[in-house]
Parts: sequence; C-alpha cells; structure tokens
Amino acid sequence: METKNIGKIYGINGPVIYLKGKTGFKMSEMVYVGRERLVGEVISLDKDMTTIQVYEETSGLKPGEQVEATGAAVSVTLAPGILNNIFDGIERPLESIAVSGGAFITRGVSVDSLDTEKLWDTHVTVSEGDIIHGGTVIAEVPETRAILHKCMAPPDVEGVVVSAAGDGQYTIKDTLVTVELSDGSRRELSMTQHWPIRVPRPVHHRYPANEPLVTGQRILDTMFPIAKGGTAAIPGGFGTGKTMTQHQIAKWADADIIIYIGCGERGNEMTQVLEEFSELVDPRSGNPLMDRTTLIANTSNMPVAAREASIYTGLTLAEYYRDMGYDVAIMADSTSRWAEALRELSGRLEEMPAEEGFPAYLASRLSAFYERAGMMQTLNGGKGSVSIIGAVSPQGGDFSEPVTQNTKRFVRCFWGLDKSLAYSRHFPAIHWLTSYSEYLPDLAGWYSDHVSPKFVDYRNRMMAILNQESSLMEIVKLIGGDVLPDDQKLILEIAKVIRLGFLQQNAFHKDDTCVSMEKQFKMMDVILYLYKRARKLVAMGMPMSVLKAEGIFEKVIAVKYDVPNDNLTMLDFYKKDIDEFYDRVIEKNG
Amino acid sequence: MAIEYLGLSNINGPLVVLEGVQEAFFDEIVEFVVDGNIKKMGRIVELNEDKAVIQVFEGTENMSLTNTHTRLSGHPMEVAVSPDMLGRTFNGIGIPIDGLGSLGSADKRDVNGLPLNPVRREYPRNYIRTGISAIDGLTTLIRGQKLPIFSGNGLPHDQLAAQIVKQASLGDNSDEQFAVVFGAMGVKHDVADYFRKAFEESGVSDHVCMFLNMANDPVVERLITPKVALTVAEYLAFECNMHILVILTDMTSFAEAMREVSSSRGEIPSRKGYPGYLYSEFATLYERAGIVEGANGSVTQLPILTMPNDDITHPIPDLTGYITEGQIVLDRNLHGQSVYPPISILPSLSRLMKDGIGKGYTREDHQDLANQLFSAYAKVGEARNLASVIGEDELSPIDKQYLKFGEEFEKRYVGQGPAENRTIKQTLDLGWELLSLLPKEELDRIDTKLIEIYYPKKENEGA
Repeated sequence: METKNIGKIYGINGPVIYLKGKTGFKMSEMVYVGRERLVGEVISLDKDMTTIQVYEETSGLKPGEQVEATGAAVSVTLAPGILNNIFDGIERPLESIAVSGGAFITRGVSVDSLDTEKLWDTHVTVSEGDIIHGGTVIAEVPETRAILHKCMAPPDVEGVVVSAAGDGQYTIKDTLVTVELSDGSRRELSMTQHWPIRVPRPVHHRYPANEPLVTGQRILDTMFPIAKGGTAAIPGGFGTGKTMTQHQIAKWADADIIIYIGCGERGNEMTQVLEEFSELVDPRSGNPLMDRTTLIANTSNMPVAAREASIYTGLTLAEYYRDMGYDVAIMADSTSRWAEALRELSGRLEEMPAEEGFPAYLASRLSAFYERAGMMQTLNGGKGSVSIIGAVSPQGGDFSEPVTQNTKRFVRCFWGLDKSLAYSRHFPAIHWLTSYSEYLPDLAGWYSDHVSPKFVDYRNRMMAILNQESSLMEIVKLIGGDVLPDDQKLILEIAKVIRLGFLQQNAFHKDDTCVSMEKQFKMMDVILYLYKRARKLVAMGMPMSVLKAEGIFEKVIAVKYDVPNDNLTMLDFYKKDIDEFYDRVIEKNG
Repeated sequence: MAIEYLGLSNINGPLVVLEGVQEAFFDEIVEFVVDGNIKKMGRIVELNEDKAVIQVFEGTENMSLTNTHTRLSGHPMEVAVSPDMLGRTFNGIGIPIDGLGSLGSADKRDVNGLPLNPVRREYPRNYIRTGISAIDGLTTLIRGQKLPIFSGNGLPHDQLAAQIVKQASLGDNSDEQFAVVFGAMGVKHDVADYFRKAFEESGVSDHVCMFLNMANDPVVERLITPKVALTVAEYLAFECNMHILVILTDMTSFAEAMREVSSSRGEIPSRKGYPGYLYSEFATLYERAGIVEGANGSVTQLPILTMPNDDITHPIPDLTGYITEGQIVLDRNLHGQSVYPPISILPSLSRLMKDGIGKGYTREDHQDLANQLFSAYAKVGEARNLASVIGEDELSPIDKQYLKFGEEFEKRYVGQGPAENRTIKQTLDLGWELLSLLPKEELDRIDTKLIEIYYPKKENEGA
C-alpha cells in the first residue's frame, strides 16, 4: 500500500498556493487542499517548491494547512448519467451541489460526479470466454430516451472474460465483468471508467472529413460548412451573437451528442440553456434536447482555475461518447475566457509574458485542444467524431489579437461575426466576406450525392454575387447608386435578396430557425432563377425601376417565412411566379 | 487569538508587510491601531508562511514601521446587514457616516459573496418600465439583469440613472417592495450630492442605502465598496424579498484602483497595465445580479462606467461588455445636439430583452418593431455617410426619406424630457409613427401581419 504524499501550505496568492520542500507530488496530480479539502492540481514542481492551482476560492486558507495528494491526475468519471445533466468545470453535478449546499456554491463540496445509487437497465454484451480489449463494448444502457450508452472496457484492458453478470439492473459501481489479463491477474470491470482530462483518449486512426455537420443554419450549411469531426471558430465582439449562434447549432445540429461548455460566461445564459433545452424537442428523435446534451457550466464568477479545466473536462466527455461511435459536437463558449484564465494563472506564477500578457504556450495549448477533434475509427472499430466549435471573444472586437490569430491557425472554419451587421440586427451576423471554410472541397462530394449535383456551383455563384456587390458598394459610397448601369443595379438588388432572404435567418421564427438542406438548395435555386430572368430583361433594356415595381423581389425575400418546412413543394410555384413576372414585364414594356 | 503584533516590516503605497504572524488566513481582515488612537482596517492579500502582505483600506498615512499595532480579526471582510439600512448612508466599507449611530445589528455577511449556482437561478423575464423610450423600446431592462451605462466624462449618465430610479420605482407593480442600493467608487462630492438630492426629490430616499467612497477617499477602500453594496443588495433581495436596483458608479475608478494596488504589489501587468485578473474581478461583481429560485426578490444592476477617451474598446468597457447582459452606450455627438438622453442606439443592446417582451409582457409587435427601428437607423447612418460625400441633394428619394426618419427618430424617439415618463404603448406607437415616414416595402424585419395591424393608415397613402 502506497502511503499518500502530504505537504504543508507555505504561501497563498489568489488561486495559486505554494508548498515548500520535497513533497513527492506528481505533475498534474489532483490534490486536496486544507481542512476544507478544496480540489487542486499540481502545476509546477521544483526542488524545493511545489505550485498548486486551486479550483475553488482560497480565502480562509492558512499557511501550515495540509495538502494531500490523491495519486491520480485530475480526471473525470465516465459512466451513464452524464447526459441531461449540468456540471461545473471539474465534473461536479451542480444539481447535487445545490441540494447539499443551497443556491450559492460553497467551498469544499464533496459530491459524486455521477449518481452511484441509481439502478440502470443493463444489457451485458459479453459472455464468459470472450476475448476483450480496450474499447470493447461490455454493456449497453439506455441512458436517455435518445441515447444508448455503451459501456466499454478501458483502453488498457486486454484479456479473457472469466465471468459476466446477466442482464438486469445495476449501479455504475457494480462489477459486471471480470477479466483475466494476459499476466494472469484478474480485473473487475464496472460501467465506470476514469480518464485524466488533459490526455486525449486513444483511437485507432483518423478518417478524412467528408460529411458535413448539418446545422440548419443557411449561412453555415451552404456558405461555410463544417465537417463532422471538424473545427470552427466564431470570433466576435460583445453583442455580435456568438452565444446565439452556438445555441442555434447546439439545438439543431445533426450530431448525436452535444457538449455545451459555458466557460467563464454568464450565469443567466446557462440557466437559459438548461430551461430552453429541457423544453425544446429534437426534430429528429422527438425527444427533449437535453436528452442528448450535457452542460459544463463554469460561469465567470466561479474560480478561475476550474475555468481553465472546464474545457478539458468537456472535451474528455466528448471523446468518451465518440468512442461509443457517436458524432459529438462541442460548443466551447468562450475559448477566450479560457485563454484569459491561462493568462491570469500565468501572471500569478510570475511567468514571462509574451504577446498582450498571454503566456508563450498559448498557441501550443490551443493547437492541442483543437487537434483533439476529428472523425476517428475508435478502438472497437466503430466510427465516431468530435467536432469543436469555439467562440472567441476578441478584446475590443479586434481580430488581430493573439487568441483569434492563434485560433485561426488551428481551425479550418472561420465564422467571423461583424459588428455593423449586428448593429443593424442582421443575424446571424456572420460576415460572408471575412469568413471561410476549408472543408468546402472535402464536402463537395457529399453535397453532390445527398443534395444536388448543382449545389456547390449555386453556392459559388451566390458568393460571386455577394463579392461583386461589395466592390460595387465602394462606388456607391462615393457617387451614389443612381449612376450605376442597370445590370449593376440588378446585382445590388439580387445581393440584397441573398442577404435578407437567404443569409439572414430568424432564430425566433418557427419555420426559419432550422432549415433543411433541401429547402436551402431550393431557395438558392429560386433566387438564382430570379437573377437569370431579371438579367435577361435588363439585357433587353428594361430599367431596374420597372423590374422593382413588380414586388417579386420582396416576394422572394419572404420565402423563408412564407414557405413552411413541411410543404416545400410550394417553392416550385415561385418559378412560375417569376416566369409570370417576366412575361408581364415584356408585355407591358416590350 | 487576540495577539497584537507591534510594528511592521515594510510599507509600500497602500500595502504593508507584517512578519511573524501566526494563524493568519488568506483574505482575513486585520485591524490596525496607529499611534494608539487612529484605527484602520486592512485585508491580507498574500501570505508566505509567517509573512503577510496587507492592503490598508484607509491608506497608510501616519503609519510607520514602529507605531502600529496589528490585530487579526479572525474573519474575512464582513458587513453588518439589517433591513434598517435603507435610508442610511455609509462609507465605502460599510461604516455609517450619516451621524445616526451604528446599525446595532449582529447579523453579518462575508462581502466576497459566493457564486450563484446556475441550476438555482431563475431566468429573468419581467421587464422594468423605465419610461424612457430608447430603453423600454429598444434595450428593455429586465428585472435581474445587469445592464451597464457606458458613458464618458461630461455626459449625463448620472441624470439618466437618476431618472431610471425615479421612474422605475413608480412602476406598475407597486405592491412589491422596491429599494435602491447606491455604491459610489471614487466619485466627486457633487455627484454624490446630485444623487442624494435626486433620490429625495423623487421620494425614494428612505428606500435608498448609500455607500460612498469619494474621489479623495483612500483608493483601496474602493475595491471593497461594490462588494459591500452588493452584499447588502443580496441580503435585501434574497432574505428580505425586495426588488433591488443597484447603481454602481464609477466602475472605471474601481478598475483604476485595482491597477494601482496591483502595480504596488509588483504583479505582472496584462492589458494597459491592468492586472490579468481584471476580468475575474469584474465578473465576481457583475454576476451578483439575478433572481434566486424561491426568493421573491431580485438584484438588478445598473453599473455606470466612463470610457477613457470615449473608447469602447478600452479594457474596462470591453471586459464589462463581455460579462454584462448588454449595455446602454451614451454618445457625445447626440449630447452635442442637445438630445437627452443621448443614447447611441446601434451599439446599445439588452440581451435579456427577447424573452421579456412581446405577447404577454409588452405587446406582440415589440420585437419586430425594435429590429426594424435598429435596421432602419443603421441605414440612416449609411445615407448620412453618402450625403457627406455627394451632398444631400444628390441622394435618391429613398435615402432622403431615411435622412428625414433619422432626424425625427433622434429628436422624438431617443430624445425626451428628463421628467417625461412614457408608457410602453406610447413608446411602441411612436415607433410605428416614425416608421410610417418610410414606405411599407422598406419594412423587411416585420411580419407582414403585424404591419397590417399596426402600420398607421395615412390619408395620403401611396404618396
């Protein structure tokens, strides 16, 4: 039996404490600090000084109080009960904290990460004599109405099952399977696994991205798609709609599991997600959205060290579900708060600051984080993905600051939010000229097979119109719009139709909040058809004022509201309306 | 327990170092007696074995390395609370300065507060009618929200805050208890007097609890003032079931104080010399707003900050905007045109507005109407830019209509009297009236059905 290492507090500076002398602690080891047993982590070791960051408020700590090492790295508990739950940054369930401590979060609360009493209906999938290895599914538990939880053998296990329990009701601590390992020793497996949060869970290999994460948001799915297993950043100053965009994706994306990490954000926002997602129904499964969602809430007033950890906690939970073969999407709101937590702790450690006071290891931490995303072949041969969508809150809304710039290097999708669009309440305020997606060529095949072979071509034509609009606007700004020739005026009008009728999307409208790929394609089709017919009229010498008088442009803009999602055939009539408009204009003026 | 330490080993600005202390804990409050008669308080901000770094609230004047007796209090910074605090005035650390004697309450609370568990929060949904169109109509204040006023020196933020207090207190739910907690950090005496007078005039002064740290009061005290104010606010809201509006002015002084102390501690600065934990410090203040499940009260925060050089990207307004649920931005240009309140519409925002307005709260058309006004006013800006290049005469007719709309909007919708108290209906109808200056086709943010109901019928339709 190993004796536990123990140290004594020497100095305290905010969330950082120092121990003097040789403690025998390990890097990243989890420790309990002081009489109240606050949770902490070893972050630096020196011959005669050990530095620990404490995940809870440190007021009240005294020098001389005891620090006890746990022998294990800071890790999360993985078992059924994670979904439809809300945790703090180190996987403590907030509901249990509230039950034991009241409305305010007190310190040193000791609660189990997951309910250890609850009996789950378990179907054991292995039997005596089976050979299992890391990742083998040993039991299946219907965790929520939507998700079947597959309990797997931990990655380091390899051996023969010598006994297996029958199907029945078990807690997450009950032994289900006993395995004889290759060295002859036996190991009992329950549903529970532990995994250190800073270590990526192993996989077999990485697949290339070739399938989009369909979000129901037109500007994303059509213009700047993200692949399943992809990475995206949403940078934007305050009030530009980062959180709204994240909420929309969390609600409507076709992922199996959503991990929503509220890292250093507002308490009311987390309450809102919790309330709203419990009421909203997943359009695909018919179950409440919370059934596929886990929230990690480390609000801005919770201790800063736990904020730093919350990102990794969420990521590890996501990888665990990926290993079961699910497509998981992580919403990290906001990675800047995490970077600032790094900066704050780095400042307390008196490290040499690099750009804007951020530590020099900011870039490597960010890259390590985003590289944990991917479409993977799991250890058990299945296929699962982790997609990461990180919000970035640039200081002063300026994209040249270090977090945005470093993030840009490691993500392949950049959805830049624009202040002037937000000011005119054009939402989502993702600017079509600054944003990009590197996944477009990878996904072209999928679009062609699953939506339409014309899809990518249409998308590119719309982008071209928007780009032309932007250069024309330069002229308009100088000399006014009246002097433009009619074909250029038409481009401005069509671009307006695209902006208002297609890119702008109303999250509060029942039909517009989530739009299928089919409707997105058909809307593009109608808009481009209008352009084609109108261009012909202009070529015949019809002035723009005549074309506009018909009201057809307004009608096409209103497609998003007027055509319900369950009646897309209505869209086919719009082409007829456009033809009629064309004939009428020719008749009147021709 | 009550060991007294004689002398200090170092004094540097607001910080003193005491060696040889035993049983001290982090964040503990200590009491000093200087020269046997001057009493001061301080807080332990750093501990290294038996060496404590202490922040002295009242400043280190008169302290020497030998004349000071120090005693550990054994508790973190606390403030006495009682329902009788309403109508009283305190200094920045919660000691009465109105000459009415001490509170006589043994009930004390730790000023640091604790984070409110998101699962026990109630999502704020009830709007507060302020009677100011630009706020009620476009950046609706919700009970339990934190909505700062981003202002600049010389702009009428105090007047606006006073008007909000006055008119919100006369709200529609008069049977509920309403009170104001006023926390002043580093404000001028005139400002404090202005608020005191404004509270008296509006008849709310016996429902106001004031914490005053004046511009010439010690800097370190300012770091505690907002915490004391919010602790009292939380007590009144969640234990006495009152609806509390907290006004904190000026958050910029608070941040400056933090920078000053941080630099004398020799900490590594981050942006513009502010310490790296500025965000966390702000967050622990601003997040102390909201509604707790099961309690009948609420804490609504209206912090005021002056943007240095009117720069909204300065770290203070920037970090604030990332924490608070929106912001009301004042504009010097509008102020110059004698528009009161000079609220700059486009950058102003209320994040909680969407769930607290509309059918069942204000009126069904509120959200669409607000979006349309924002969008139309954004176009006004474009038209004005164009006019400044090619001249107003060269503008297209529609751009001219926008210019007209913009002018009327600023004068009649944004602008109103300092004592004018508009109802929601007045505000919304005024919005429609102004939109009717634009042709119907331009209203692309409003559901067509709502346009039919609310768009004012004009005699000269089609003109």
